[in-house]
Amino acid sequence: MKLNKASLLGLIAVLELADDPEQQLSTTDIAEKYDISTHHLAKVMRNLVHKGVVQAMRGVGGGYRFAGNPNRTTLLDIIQLFETMESELDLPHWSKAADPIISELQSITNEIDDVTKAILETITLSAALKNMHLRSEAAQKAGNGK
Amino acid sequence: MSNKLLIRNALPTDLEAIISLDRTTPDKDKADYWQGIFEHYVVKGRADRIFLVAEKAGTVIGFIVGEVRAWEFGSPPCGWVFALAVSPDAREQGTGKQMFDEICSRLKKTGVSTVRTMANLDQKLTLSFLRSMGLRTGRYIELEKQLD
Repeated sequence: MKLNKASLLGLIAVLELADDPEQQLSTTDIAEKYDISTHHLAKVMRNLVHKGVVQAMRGVGGGYRFAGNPNRTTLLDIIQLFETMESELDLPHWSKAADPIISELQSITNEIDDVTKAILETITLSAALKNMHLRSEAAQKAGNGK
Repeated sequence: MSNKLLIRNALPTDLEAIISLDRTTPDKDKADYWQGIFEHYVVKGRADRIFLVAEKAGTVIGFIVGEVRAWEFGSPPCGWVFALAVSPDAREQGTGKQMFDEICSRLKKTGVSTVRTMANLDQKLTLSFLRSMGLRTGRYIELEKQLD
């Protein structure tokens, strides 16, 4: 599975903001922390604001705040703002002889897509954040044990 | 009567409550099925067969059932959770988590180190809950075909 850049930046920004829904972070804050392009991230943030996932804060400092429910928003909700999750067979046209092969390959890729979607749409932001923190703690413990 | 959540072993007198709770999920009435499960998991009982209920203020509001299965599909003994339900009115209060944590604790005491389950791709709520309990896609794939 490959996520496009916008989906990836969207997930990073949303997970960062959802980790502390009270915090306000600017595009620059997030871009610097993750060493990502401010320009690309700004476009992604505009989309997230437009869809109501994050809120743009007015006034001095400005920035963004997470505006959703981390227990209800799933990874697929964010990804689908930036791309579809359907596999593509990169063959614009084919002869009738190829019909059986194409049908079988489409059936297989549909099967893969169903499982991929089922995984992504059942991982909430809360669940992802919880696992992230557990990984960090485990890595820290492993590091301290050396 | 205490309002505190109690996770306990199912009793034969819980059968009707379980059948009723099961009806709140989309599956059809399975009274005969639950009768059979109660025979094996509640009446006869064994340490590696676990049927727990969640009770609050004297009412059964949830249940979870699991057991140790050995060598099915080539897998060393592991725990399987095969039924789980929480009354719609009692959801999002940690009931499912407490039941799941307790059954995992009991399964671990039997000596297994893995717990498995399955859920239909359409059961988004169940899959989300299981993920929040730390489960991830395992190394086995469920395959099926229609028998014509």
